[in-house]
Amino acid sequence: MTEQAIVASGLGKTFNSRSDSAVTALTDVDLSVEPGEFVSLIGPSGCGKSTMLRLIGDLIVPSEGTVEVFGKPAAQARADRDYGMAFQKAGLFDWRKVSANIELPLELAGWSKSRRRERSAEMLDLVKLPDFGDHYPWQLSGGMQQRVAIARALSFQPKLLLMDEPFGALDEMTREHMQVELLSIYRQLRSTVVFVTHSIPEAAFLSDRVVVLSPRPGRIHSIIDVVLGDRETETRDEDTRESEGFFRKTTEIREALRSVEAQQ
Amino acid sequence: MRSRLEPLWPPIVVGVIIMSLWEGLVRLLKVREFLLPKPTSIASALGDEWTPLRTAGWETGKTAVAGLLFGVVAGALLALVVSRFSWLRGSVTPLAVALNATPIIALAPIFNAWFGITDFRSNAAVVIIVVFFPVFINTGTGLSEVESNQIELMRSLAASENTVLRKVRIPNALPFFLTSLRLAAPLSVIAAIVAEYFGGPQNRLGPFITQNASFSRYANAWAAIVVASAIGLALFAFSAVVEKISMPWKQGDPARA
Repeated sequence: MTEQAIVASGLGKTFNSRSDSAVTALTDVDLSVEPGEFVSLIGPSGCGKSTMLRLIGDLIVPSEGTVEVFGKPAAQARADRDYGMAFQKAGLFDWRKVSANIELPLELAGWSKSRRRERSAEMLDLVKLPDFGDHYPWQLSGGMQQRVAIARALSFQPKLLLMDEPFGALDEMTREHMQVELLSIYRQLRSTVVFVTHSIPEAAFLSDRVVVLSPRPGRIHSIIDVVLGDRETETRDEDTRESEGFFRKTTEIREALRSVEAQQ
Repeated sequence: MRSRLEPLWPPIVVGVIIMSLWEGLVRLLKVREFLLPKPTSIASALGDEWTPLRTAGWETGKTAVAGLLFGVVAGALLALVVSRFSWLRGSVTPLAVALNATPIIALAPIFNAWFGITDFRSNAAVVIIVVFFPVFINTGTGLSEVESNQIELMRSLAASENTVLRKVRIPNALPFFLTSLRLAAPLSVIAAIVAEYFGGPQNRLGPFITQNASFSRYANAWAAIVVASAIGLALFAFSAVVEKISMPWKQGDPARA
């Protein structure tokens, strides 16, 4: 058996556990993610999907259970810089030029200046912003800023990419373009991705598996395999969105979310 | 060059209009000189008293600048220390707030006792305390108010607290710090002159104003006020220039200009 990228067992998180206002954000989650897999977390607000992402990334400490990433505790994976992260807000540093933003993780990892320059140029090509390295973030549109944030997250080729609604603030058309680009980048770099979203088509289009969460307390409701054809050879592009298989998968996810709501 | 000087014209025009109105009204209504001297009387007093005024302005300016420098450095450094060691925040910040609530000028006679009634350090100490507070609070805000995602990003990259301070918090605080500097610069001149009313060396603007006023030479007092505001304006302009050149990423940003 190959080593799993993520193994969460009995994972749970309760905030303010020692006070009256204790909130159980997530409980009893078991999930394994294979290396190279693209997994989305979807569910209504309060279902703990962002909490789960942060538990995997060791940004918060679990109240129960464990997370292992590439066979190590999450804290070790973080110390080893196995994670790349992107959020709904691009979160670029406005005092740094675009290329310097992309180079930040490389700086922290102690890369030389010339190697950093080389890599940030490659990344700018990859996210189709080759001429914007010397711009400041405010000179870029929201979609372009998000591409820079993704380039920053990927610049050091982390083994695991954690994304928290990275396209949530973008308009529908930009969003669809970004999804296609993300998939093509993901295929080139072959990293593992955990992607939080509340868009059904986005989850269906991007993912190998969609994890549907139910709220209060957050737990896994169901896991939906999204295979839109032969797993090895399948290609997803703009036409995929109009295909029969895609329609079936979005329906399946939608029905799962409806049954989540019906439970409330 | 034309575009840079252009914004100077409206205030100059308005200033000239106000001066003319002032001059005209004082003449027309025959306002007595000790109530409100004419701008022309103030201008000629400025000329007549130029030698003592220049000395007084220079000395008061030195006190203001020295106090400003020490106050700014102390405020920024303490903000850094407090932001780095969060257990200090609960104890130091309330004390600083209490200090700010104290009418600082009430301390002037005490500083006279500490440093000597004719020592300029008595005046500079007041300036330091007045300047310290806005710098400490503003810089502290800039150091702590960082987007939570940016902190999460740094943590996900295994950055240490010191690295976060250096790469994120300090650059984030820079605009806050520079705004406080722009506030503190003119404040330092006010504080210096008010402190001089209570003591310190005699060849300063504060004593110059009180002495001339007590001899009913109000045009001279007004001339000293003109010198004081010129110093305040110069310090303000200096801090505005520092602000501009130290944040190249804000050049041309319509949202922040």
